[in-house]
Amino acid sequence: MTADHTSGPLIDVRDLERTFDVRRRVEGRRRRTREQVVAVHDLTFSVDGGEMVGYIGPNGAGKSTTIKMLTGILVPTGGEVRVRGLDPSRQRVELARRIGVVFGQRSTLWWDLPLRDSFDLLQKMYRISPARYRENLDRFVDLLDLGAQLDTPVRQLSLGQRMRGDITAALLHDPEVIYLDEPTIGLDVVSKGRLREFLRALNRERGTTLLLTTHDLQDIEALCDRVIVIDHGTSVYDGTLAGLHAQGGSTRTLVVDLVDEAPPIDVPGAEVRKVEGPRQWLSFPSDASAAPIVAAVAASYAVADLSIQEPDIEDVIRDLYSRGA
Amino acid sequence: MASPGPAQHLRTYGQIAWLWIRAAWQYPTSFVLLAVGNGLITGLDFVGLWIMFSHLSRLDGFTLHEVALLYGSASLALAVADTAIGSVERIGTYIRTGRLDQMMTKPVPLLVQVCADQFTLRRLGRLTQAAVVFGWACTYVDWTPLRVLVAVSMLVSGALVFFGLFVGFSCIQFWTTDATEFANAFTYGGATVTQYPLSIFPREVMVGLTFVIPVAFVNWYPCLYLLGRSDPFGTPDAFQFASPVAGILTMAAALLVWRTGVRHYTSTGS
Repeated sequence: MTADHTSGPLIDVRDLERTFDVRRRVEGRRRRTREQVVAVHDLTFSVDGGEMVGYIGPNGAGKSTTIKMLTGILVPTGGEVRVRGLDPSRQRVELARRIGVVFGQRSTLWWDLPLRDSFDLLQKMYRISPARYRENLDRFVDLLDLGAQLDTPVRQLSLGQRMRGDITAALLHDPEVIYLDEPTIGLDVVSKGRLREFLRALNRERGTTLLLTTHDLQDIEALCDRVIVIDHGTSVYDGTLAGLHAQGGSTRTLVVDLVDEAPPIDVPGAEVRKVEGPRQWLSFPSDASAAPIVAAVAASYAVADLSIQEPDIEDVIRDLYSRGA
Repeated sequence: MASPGPAQHLRTYGQIAWLWIRAAWQYPTSFVLLAVGNGLITGLDFVGLWIMFSHLSRLDGFTLHEVALLYGSASLALAVADTAIGSVERIGTYIRTGRLDQMMTKPVPLLVQVCADQFTLRRLGRLTQAAVVFGWACTYVDWTPLRVLVAVSMLVSGALVFFGLFVGFSCIQFWTTDATEFANAFTYGGATVTQYPLSIFPREVMVGLTFVIPVAFVNWYPCLYLLGRSDPFGTPDAFQFASPVAGILTMAAALLVWRTGVRHYTSTGS
């Protein structure tokens, strides 16, 4: 009966809505008043099998609420969600076998148990065949370099080790789709890089669909062909990352350290934003090449040093939202 | 693939519980101390009864070994329920820490996971203590085949009633966390009440313990049959055989409340 659903999109979200009742204490009143807060509304998107999608937006935009509805943790108050044809909140247990979830801030592992025992527990829960379990465990432990930590209680692991443990835990049962909520939060640059490499390989080799929420633009650039931006509970952009930069009118910044203080640099294609002694900040469109601007600056000024700052995803989204509003 | 039935859930429960026992056994001393300590503390309950009987020969017409039968059977049912699903009380903590969200993404029914999580045998002490008292009291019963059947069904149904009470009252925490003490008043409170012959209470209490918090079916009614006594309140004799019905109804009501609670669950911000 599952065969019927393989043709349609893997994730199908239509007019999704979720509100919460919040009680608030009002100044000067004895009783607390009840208020409805809309976390997600009019949200529609679909994701095909094998896609890698970045799901981004400012804090409180509704990212986690959406993921919780996709996994069946929260019951929607309106609209429809289907994941592989299943209704997550009603068929949560059945769906759980096909998905993997990593909440970056909260571990799924058992604090007091060695990593290996946590994995054993998951084997029982997902009823993974011993052969498949061994194969997957060996592979992920090797790729994520967890061999030395298998017998360490989870509470003694570093943040990076714990995160790799959590990702292994989410993948042991060969899920078709994996939801990653801030998977690189708090990791150092090397760990982030290795994790991204691992996720890319997973998608390439197994066709695992990836839905990623993150504040780190580099996660998106390294992993996602497609970005969905959510703000105030609804989708404000759905397309490629390049398209997002163009639509948001985002800019990159060229930081120039001159040998001597000088009046604002005047070169075509760039605009001076700030001058501080011999250092100047020039902004130019994200989709333009930095090369001619650098060349023009170097041709007319004595330059001590140069660097380029990428646009901040938060700025891009803020721009996007203020234009839309 | 056929969806897994209750037998499969029970097996998963057993496997999870076993992993927790194995983990606890890595610290055998602390495990033994906890179990013995638990046995001693609950053992004091019965010592209390014993001391009371050293001052009076009968409690409302019940002898020490008759009260021991009431105490032993209720305590045994409670110990079984507490050991099997005691951790359901921690649901408020699971909600606050986000653990419940994690559990909800696993392909095992939430109730099975919550009950099996951090399974511990430290209540083994209470279980042993209750079994000893019950065994001793049984030697005074005038056994017939039907009485054996009623005794067995009493223990199973009693455990079911306590399962239901534990689960049902823990569900309050879906609406308001930190309601453990309130829930305890009904679960452990109900259990304490059953340690005495219910005839010492006024009729209204009796009615409440039959139809609202049905702990009277855990031991009182079936024990009346085992002891060949007529009901001091004049309740129909059929009640003495109705424990399985009470057990199943309590459990069914609890599962209904549980389902409602899970659907009402609003998670925490993350």
